[in-house]
Amino acid sequence: MSVAVIRFGGSNCDRDAVRALEHLGIESEIVWHADGLPADPDGIVIPGGFSYGDYLRAGAMAARTPILDDVRAAADSGTPVLGVCNGAQIGSESGLTPGAFTTNRSARFQCEPVCLRVENADTPWTAAYDEGDVIEIPIAHGEGRFEIDDDRLAALEDDDRVLFRYCDADGEVTDAANPNGSKHGVAGVLGEDDHVAVLMPHPERASLPDIGPTDGQGILRAFE
Amino acid sequence: MTAYTATVTVRLKRGVLDPEAETTQQALERLGFELEDLRSADRFEVDVDADDADDAEARATEMAERLLANPTIHDYDVEVAEA
Repeated sequence: MSVAVIRFGGSNCDRDAVRALEHLGIESEIVWHADGLPADPDGIVIPGGFSYGDYLRAGAMAARTPILDDVRAAADSGTPVLGVCNGAQIGSESGLTPGAFTTNRSARFQCEPVCLRVENADTPWTAAYDEGDVIEIPIAHGEGRFEIDDDRLAALEDDDRVLFRYCDADGEVTDAANPNGSKHGVAGVLGEDDHVAVLMPHPERASLPDIGPTDGQGILRAFE
Repeated sequence: MTAYTATVTVRLKRGVLDPEAETTQQALERLGFELEDLRSADRFEVDVDADDADDAEARATEMAERLLANPTIHDYDVEVAEA
């Protein structure tokens, strides 16, 4: 039993995720998508990358591979599922989580550290933080702009399903601090249950003390 | 069975920001063109053998619903012609 990190053709943050989890003492293994999900994983990570070359839309192809049926079934039975970056795009394309992640306002790939404000600390992914905490985690995406219609966004906000918003160093959610034009600065959301989450920033790139800030560790500790 | 080509056009819903179209518009303006607005769309031409045009359209519509479009951000339309 361990955390399954699903590898698609074009995934490239799978090993980073394993290394970050290993640092936290959490056992994990890379699973090739065509081999299917192992029985009863402790958790599932859909890692970042460029699965299937971002053909059609980022995440569109991977979201329709058979292993996503396994992921949905595991999520329905309570297994924690985290989608990061391309994994977030796959999560929204597959219907695991609401909304869509589409072309950045800049129309460019952006790779930079950003600040996130913790919007809901009452989830497995944010239990290590307090509501309103500001954490620094890098982004690396070209299609990370969160889009959803206004009514559904209002419903998400009412239900406390927004996990993180982009903010400035003081925790203010401003247009200037929004790197990609995401609606209401949304950087990460919950699925229908709080053990399913996706976010565009990379917690696994902010977990190893040797390479910089470690604010992302708290998110990965949901798998402990 | 008859050979049809179903043309599926997928475009962003009105009001959804289209940064690539904006960038394209700016490039046209740099080239000296005058334009008010520019929208982009993806077009898929799907060849199918179907009983009739309605059958071809129904199949292409399901393709749009399940993969070619993302209903959160896209509208689409389907046109069918004999190939």
